[in-house]
Amino acid sequence: MHASGTTVRELLEDLGSRLPALGTKVYAEGEIQPFVNVYVDGEDVRTRDGLETPVREGASVILLPAMAGGSITPPTGGRSRAAQPPSATAWPR
Amino acid sequence: MTTYRELLEQTKAEISELDARAAQELPDAVWIDVREADEWQEGHIPAARHVPRGFLESRIETTVPDKSAEVVLYCAAGNRSAFAAKTLEELGYTRVHSLIGGFTDWKRNGLEITLPRVLTPEKRTRYSRHILIPEIGEEGQLKLLDSRILLIGAGGLGSPASLYLAAAGVGTLGIIDADIVDETNLQRQIAHSLNTLGEPKVDSAKRTIQALNPDVEVKTYRERLTSENIDRILADGWDVIVDGADNFPTRYLVNDASIWHDIPVVHGSIYRFEGQVTVFKPKEGPCYRCLFPEPPPPELAPSCSEGGVLGVLPGIVGSLQTNEALKLALGVGEPLIGRLLLFDALATDFSEVRIERRHDCPVCGDDPTITEYIDYVEFCTAGR
Repeated sequence: MHASGTTVRELLEDLGSRLPALGTKVYAEGEIQPFVNVYVDGEDVRTRDGLETPVREGASVILLPAMAGGSITPPTGGRSRAAQPPSATAWPR
Repeated sequence: MTTYRELLEQTKAEISELDARAAQELPDAVWIDVREADEWQEGHIPAARHVPRGFLESRIETTVPDKSAEVVLYCAAGNRSAFAAKTLEELGYTRVHSLIGGFTDWKRNGLEITLPRVLTPEKRTRYSRHILIPEIGEEGQLKLLDSRILLIGAGGLGSPASLYLAAAGVGTLGIIDADIVDETNLQRQIAHSLNTLGEPKVDSAKRTIQALNPDVEVKTYRERLTSENIDRILADGWDVIVDGADNFPTRYLVNDASIWHDIPVVHGSIYRFEGQVTVFKPKEGPCYRCLFPEPPPPELAPSCSEGGVLGVLPGIVGSLQTNEALKLALGVGEPLIGRLLLFDALATDFSEVRIERRHDCPVCGDDPTITEYIDYVEFCTAGR
């Protein structure tokens, strides 16, 4: 799916406003949940600028939840792509 | 026209020949046996490496990259090695000697020899498609037959992994699983069948493996992995762990144990249409806690009925895990250390993200805060 924003924070806020089911499973109290990793173009944002990591147009962003065989949390794990134009709404991949 | 005899005498006059005593006094000499494979298999000089004369020109630079190295060549009687010495000189090697009397005299004088381990004709046939691959060969196949790989779980991931590892001739497979086979397993757990419904999964998998390859010794552990039994099971000695667990408590237990026992873990996990594979190799790369320091809290885990998995997905992910496990056992290729491979079955898309080793990792970091096993509370027991 596509999402808009110039930083990881803006991107997650955009996703959260459009996908209420995402709730606090990825992003809560201004932090990425410890059991979720966010990668921008294959790099863990925790090794970069965290939520302030810039997201270039067309970047591939992966929200990676911890998975253990048949169980998983949160169930909304998946990939997003920074959209162009920035006002684009979500659509299926 | 030169005869063989004349050519041999002429060649011997041009090269350096040494007897066994003089050759043994050379420090740091590389010994090369230039005989044919069947002669090598009947015994060779212990320190020697085998480069048959027919492959000498093409392989010597890999075997002895340094052309100023001292090289002692031998064959059966010292004639083929004389010609081989001349060839090496033509290739630029400057300190080459041919062993007078060759292996025949060496053996006759009661000097030490090594009888190489070889595969039986039956095994050479069974594993012929491995032996044909230069990176494996007979030596690699012997390594696999000596390998010991432990499977966590005989379910979706453990089924294909156990079958392919067994088919590959991994000599000892350990399987840990406390469950019994039920109908819902058969959609994906191909080590089991209608014939083994109601049987412990470890016994069902063992039967399937033994029908496939009786070379494999199967050690079964019909128990749930806990802090109480994990050290005992790992003490049986394993080269690689293939983690196909279905729950977080086991994942973290396996991770922490693998660090403390220094055993690489091939990690695989699946959900619906998505899979993840990586290799956690202690000291060389990150561990599971570098990726996810703590399991998610139970209140954020969905109910197990939200789970589900495409039947073939564990086949794909379990096979990728097997590929990594075989590479680790053979010591070839580039394992997925520090690289998490993501597979999306709906899109048929593979992608990869980097996993860094964390200096603040609670178990493998510079200042570990976790130093004993933690039994996390199980919050989802079904759904494998």
